[in-house]
Amino acid sequence: MNTQTDIATAGRQLGGTLMELRNITLRFGGVEAIKNISFDIREGEIRAIIGPNGAGKSSMLNVISGFYVPQEGEVWFRGERRGPVKPYEVARLGIARTFQNIALFDGMSVLDNIMTGRLHRMKAGFLSQALWWGLAEREEIENRAQVERIIDFLEIQNIRKTPVGRLPYGLKKRVELARALAAEPQLLLLDEPMAGMNVEEKEDMSRFVLDVNDEFGTTIALIEHDMGVVMDLSDRVVVMDYGRKIGDGSPDEVRNNQEVIDAYLGVAHD
Amino acid sequence: MTDQQTLAGALHSIPALLARNVARFGDRPAYREKEFGIWQSWTWAEAAEEIRALALGMLVLGLRQGDYVAVIGRNRPAHYWSMIAAQMCGAIPVPLYQDAVAEEMAYVLEHCGARFVICGDQEQVDKVLEVEESVKGVERILYNDKRGMRKYDHSRMNSIADTQDQGRAAEPRLGLELDARIAALDESSICVMLYTSGTTGKPKGVVLSNRNIIETAKNTCDFDRLTMREEIVAYLPMAWVGDFIFSMGQALWAGFTVNCPESAHTMATDTREIGPTYFFAPPRVFEGQLTSVMIRMEDAGRIKKWLFDRFMKIARRVGPALLDEETVGFTDRLAYGLGKLLVYGPLKNTLGYSRIRVGYTAGEAIGPEIFDFYRSLGINLKQLYGQTEASVFITQQPDGQVRSDTVGVPSPEVEVKIAENGEVFYRSPGTFVEYYKNPDSTASTKDPDGWVATGDAGFFEESTGHLRIIDRAKDVGKMADGSMFAPKYVENKLKFFPNILEAVVLGNNRDYCTAMINIDLNAVGNWAERNNIAYASYQELAAHPQVYATIKSHVEEVNASVAGDEMLSNCQIHRFLVLHKELDPDDGEMTRTRKVRRAVISEKFADLVGALYDGSDGIYTETEVTYEDGRKGKIKATLRIEDVQVFGDAVQQKVAAQ
Repeated sequence: MNTQTDIATAGRQLGGTLMELRNITLRFGGVEAIKNISFDIREGEIRAIIGPNGAGKSSMLNVISGFYVPQEGEVWFRGERRGPVKPYEVARLGIARTFQNIALFDGMSVLDNIMTGRLHRMKAGFLSQALWWGLAEREEIENRAQVERIIDFLEIQNIRKTPVGRLPYGLKKRVELARALAAEPQLLLLDEPMAGMNVEEKEDMSRFVLDVNDEFGTTIALIEHDMGVVMDLSDRVVVMDYGRKIGDGSPDEVRNNQEVIDAYLGVAHD
Repeated sequence: MTDQQTLAGALHSIPALLARNVARFGDRPAYREKEFGIWQSWTWAEAAEEIRALALGMLVLGLRQGDYVAVIGRNRPAHYWSMIAAQMCGAIPVPLYQDAVAEEMAYVLEHCGARFVICGDQEQVDKVLEVEESVKGVERILYNDKRGMRKYDHSRMNSIADTQDQGRAAEPRLGLELDARIAALDESSICVMLYTSGTTGKPKGVVLSNRNIIETAKNTCDFDRLTMREEIVAYLPMAWVGDFIFSMGQALWAGFTVNCPESAHTMATDTREIGPTYFFAPPRVFEGQLTSVMIRMEDAGRIKKWLFDRFMKIARRVGPALLDEETVGFTDRLAYGLGKLLVYGPLKNTLGYSRIRVGYTAGEAIGPEIFDFYRSLGINLKQLYGQTEASVFITQQPDGQVRSDTVGVPSPEVEVKIAENGEVFYRSPGTFVEYYKNPDSTASTKDPDGWVATGDAGFFEESTGHLRIIDRAKDVGKMADGSMFAPKYVENKLKFFPNILEAVVLGNNRDYCTAMINIDLNAVGNWAERNNIAYASYQELAAHPQVYATIKSHVEEVNASVAGDEMLSNCQIHRFLVLHKELDPDDGEMTRTRKVRRAVISEKFADLVGALYDGSDGIYTETEVTYEDGRKGKIKATLRIEDVQVFGDAVQQKVAAQ
């Protein structure tokens, strides 16, 4: 496997393997969404998954996040094989994500939404929470401090108390990122973080993705349609088409891969 | 007060004032900044420790006496501290506009030859690095916010916090050296150098001495009885002289607290939380707030709206009189009291103005309706007139003698005279030392006796002794028939309409006046929303026929009012157009303090000016615009030109001219 050798992209030395997907096949009834795909995600990298509509990108992300359990193949995370997991277990494992269609609590403030990202770190019992005394109070202060650092990082201080429902789309996306970051993930999954954004919002978001990777050292796996964004941001790219992997490598390698070009330009499939 | 007088002898530098404040009230809050959602605060003693550590750190890095230290960033305590720290080292702080594009920054850095640059964050550092390709001489870059800076080459770059740590460690070695440098400061040493934005030509470096700043601060603190208990919000650009006087000069003289907002966008919330007692804002801020209050009242429920309208009527009638402590009837007092409870109090609280004791506005003329609105709520809003070269204050309004059309009486120890041609001259302790490296300009602005030409035309009202400013002296011109042309006078009348953000009136040496108008996107956008008018862009809204009709009615109203003025009745506007883009400092059309640059506009929009005078009813134009990141683009538009009704004698004028 070519990924076993040390890969230095754009002067960056990538770390060891964080996650490895081995021969994944995912079926929905008779439809094979993912066909025997293997690739890895290394520590500290930005890994993009691209492909035309219906290529199986989102399904792949759902396999990574543990939401879908593939019929065949193995998912290895931090050197251990991961079996079927419940959502809260995924969060505890250090994986957080954003969604293609924003999944925030519209009626809650930005601050509260981001606080939910820290839920799995709160241990105080029901009574302590209700009285807001002892452990509950200490935890809240600790968690709020962490959330405030993220608010500062993503420059959303001015909307801290605004209900999410009143925000424009681009900002909602940023709040989603904030919530995911609040979980202090090791692996951050972004499902089309720039979809539907204007140029300026895309530029902002790209900068934040790079900053997150740079400042917190978070490993990022993202799905994105905007090729310019993908090629600029990512260290390595996986290209999918009709559930198959047709390319894997640095942005330059992928860009010059004939099969990838064909897939994107729409050569007839047999 | 006597205490201060005797001390004034020894208090001849900002670091000396700092030391006095530590000795007098070291545990009172000096600086606050909202960060991570909480107000962080530093007492005078804590601030002094931070500043000393930074000064020592700068010595470690090799800052020399007489060096220039550029400071670029938003209002944050650390940036104010770095200015004081630079002064301690015998260097001269030069605050720059943080939104300046790279080439403007290049000019200033080159001109002052800054060896040290202090940047707020990565964005500013990047700009300095970009500028360095052409400007040599910057040796050290210090930055405040560490975010994103980890991978930069740190051989000549340090964070402020790290510099302070180095400074603390170096106290035994360099402490005496620093004390000696502080002791070497006297009242003639340079306190700060500020670059004027300049409506014409390149910026000029105005050199202000310790005497300029401290005397001015002392006099004006006495004038308004400012004490250590005041709270101010520091939000105006640090490169602007006003911020330096309020947040440095007066703050250190009186010893009051400087509060820095969390970010530019949280300004309103942060002001409300602090509740400043001493407040300055340019007219456009007050205008903007009034517009947003009015918009929100339009959307309010019927009972609220009725209450608001009813009590604002009472406030307009008796509020200003109450503020000036004139006699007001018992029933009016009672009604006003009730209004205070139901409307004025809550409204002031929402705006963050509940505790304002002294508020100032300056820079541009403020609309009488806007001015009266705030005064009628019981906010002691006053006007002052000043400029960088005077360390701000030339004239200001004393409590109880406030009007929207004057700028007040000369500030303490300021002499003002009016020249034959109407230009205002002044002489004061705040009068600047010189323009840096520019003896010609210094000589043409300041005569050997110390009188400085303001460049503004004005006169003293005989009945009250208050100064009234008509216009920039050089903008006052003549129309083709020899009558007086004062564009600003008409523009201000136009800008008093909430729908009009900016206006440029043309007519010098012409047969008649015309205008280019910028709509206010907030006000017009809200109107469009309420009237179900769809628009996709600023440009589309600006060109909407109904918007044109509204603006036309505004222009006609202005014409009617201008017609009443004997001297200026020829300044009525005959034709106008609504511009397809907002005038913007990034495109050079305005200064950073948002004053219109006439020469640039008449050159850049020469085709539009031509169309305004050749009788055509529309014109196709392409305009270059600069985006925030410095890239350029083009806007294309076809603009309509409207004829407007004029009144009185001016009607024949036009017929005769044709």
